[in-house]
Amino acid sequence: MCARLEVKNATFSYDGKRNIFEDISFSVDSGDVFCILGPNGTGKSTLLRCLCNLYPLNAGNICIDGKGISSYAPKKLAKKIGFIPQVHTPTFPYSVLQVVMMGRTPHLNTFASPSHRDKEIALEALMTVNIEHIRDKPYTELSGGQMQLVLMARVLAQEPEILLLDEPTSHLDVGNQIYTIKMIRKLSKKGLALVMTSHFPDHTFLSSSKVGIMKDRKFLAMGPAETVVTEENLQEAYGVPIKIVRIEGEIKRKIAVPVVKD
Amino acid sequence: MKRAEIARQENAQNSDDATLSSKAKHRLHLSKDSLYSGKSRLYPGKASINFILFLLLVGVLITALFMGRYPIDPVTVVVIVVAGILEWIGNAIASITGLKIAFFWSIPHTWSTVMDTVVWDVRFPRAVAVILAGAGLSVSGATYQGVFRNPLVSESILGVSAGAGVGAALAILMDQGTSVIQLSAFTFGLLAVGMTFTISRVYRSNPTLVLVLAGIIIGSLFSAMISLMKFVADPYSKLPDIVFWLMGSFAKASKTNFTLVIPVILIAMLVIVLLRWQLNVISMGDEEARSLGIDTRRLRIVVIVCSTLLTAAAVCIGGVIGWVGLIIPHISRMLVGPDHKDMIIASILLGGSYLLAVDTVCRTLTSVEIPISIVTSILGAPIFLYLLYKAKKAWS
Repeated sequence: MCARLEVKNATFSYDGKRNIFEDISFSVDSGDVFCILGPNGTGKSTLLRCLCNLYPLNAGNICIDGKGISSYAPKKLAKKIGFIPQVHTPTFPYSVLQVVMMGRTPHLNTFASPSHRDKEIALEALMTVNIEHIRDKPYTELSGGQMQLVLMARVLAQEPEILLLDEPTSHLDVGNQIYTIKMIRKLSKKGLALVMTSHFPDHTFLSSSKVGIMKDRKFLAMGPAETVVTEENLQEAYGVPIKIVRIEGEIKRKIAVPVVKD
Repeated sequence: MKRAEIARQENAQNSDDATLSSKAKHRLHLSKDSLYSGKSRLYPGKASINFILFLLLVGVLITALFMGRYPIDPVTVVVIVVAGILEWIGNAIASITGLKIAFFWSIPHTWSTVMDTVVWDVRFPRAVAVILAGAGLSVSGATYQGVFRNPLVSESILGVSAGAGVGAALAILMDQGTSVIQLSAFTFGLLAVGMTFTISRVYRSNPTLVLVLAGIIIGSLFSAMISLMKFVADPYSKLPDIVFWLMGSFAKASKTNFTLVIPVILIAMLVIVLLRWQLNVISMGDEEARSLGIDTRRLRIVVIVCSTLLTAAAVCIGGVIGWVGLIIPHISRMLVGPDHKDMIIASILLGGSYLLAVDTVCRTLTSVEIPISIVTSILGAPIFLYLLYKAKKAWS
């Protein structure tokens, strides 16, 4: 049996001269959370965009359920794979409910507008992420954390099997970060395959079943968080000393903290 | 009385009607005010607002039909219109089934045939042309704003108006009649947009930005060509024609010379109305739209081609009319919210009413018909200022 999402020898470059990443292979199955770590500008977000065919690869291939992604029609692909981009403010102040209903687009005919049924699915998605009280608020007036949750609800309404998240915790306060991580765990338990990028090595202990550390166009290491997120690997990736310690008692998990000496 | 004579008298207006027109303006103003005051929740009752806008359009249409050089009282106009529609339906049924149902001819013709001519042959075709042009300009403005994700974009952004101006000026220079002028304006409008697209194809990065920049380049190139043609035109015969055409007017709109463009406007508008949900999604950004399963390249091309056809068709029947495509989508967004599902419909209804009201003022306010673009610009500037002030909620 082949994995849900399989990437083989993926290579990509914007200009055909300098590769952003090369020869990358990994696979993600239902229930997996694959977290990509790495310093700024290593191409984590680019890789994520390649996974949902926003940019075509220069070499290698990406398969969903054994079929290459470029052979999927845009709508078919959107039913398989959902993408949550980094939060940005759009031009027009659609209400939260309208934004979430946009998630239904791949299930609609080209000339159709969402039906009553689609509205119900959108409302359900809002309820799943606990934000149905802001359904009529203009999306543009929300805080970054709320926007993140709305995008989460939208992708739930989209009902994909694979979910890509681009730095879902970046613009959030600690409370919302943890809430998002809990959501991610909940979704993986529901059987989705998740791929996310992150700037927080520590979060991998909380949410991820698999971690890849990206550095210089390749994965420095890949595997379960326990074995991959080590002091040596993080030092090599980020260039600063980071300590990994296990805390017992109430917390009972490994944590990663940077070491700063004067 | 002959049609041409009636038309001439229509366009040479006496001052009696000036009071009437200001009353009509006042009424329009009132109904718009009452629409704004009904706003308590965020975007309430969009369907009902669109229905009110439809009633507004009907009201403006009836006003436009009874106002003018030849006096007809409003009640008679309504009766003439109702009788005309009934007879048309009756004829349609008769031609299909062969049955002549007396009911459709039950309204006795108590008015003169002159009135019939004035309403059905002079004022009605012009009103329809104006409504379609206004609706077309507004819809294309709304569409461009959505696709380019920029609320300050208007329908002339890709160089359509400048191109159409060149086409019209060229046809006028070559001594052509109205229909050739219109066809030439239409063709050159499309040619200008075609050039804009070709330029934007050469540079591959950021398609939206390059397209808008290419539009500005082509627009200024064609404006220079218009200036050149004005410069070489005979200052006593051709130059005034060119200048008047560029200022816009519906005086030459008649049944015969716009039957060609009406299907274009209706079909292009229908396509945009059908695609209006996809417009919502593409206005969130290209990447998001694509990840939601929209073929953004194809959608963008279809929608831009339709809006361009709408603009070119409107310009070809009414000349260059500014500001409508910019302010009407904004007012629509304030009334029904940014969702293109309701907003496109509101733009159609409001754009039609607005341009028809302005055109009615233009042809009745003074003894000489005022070029319509002058009035839309004079009204447009303060309305846009007001919108900027009010629009905290409509866009940021």
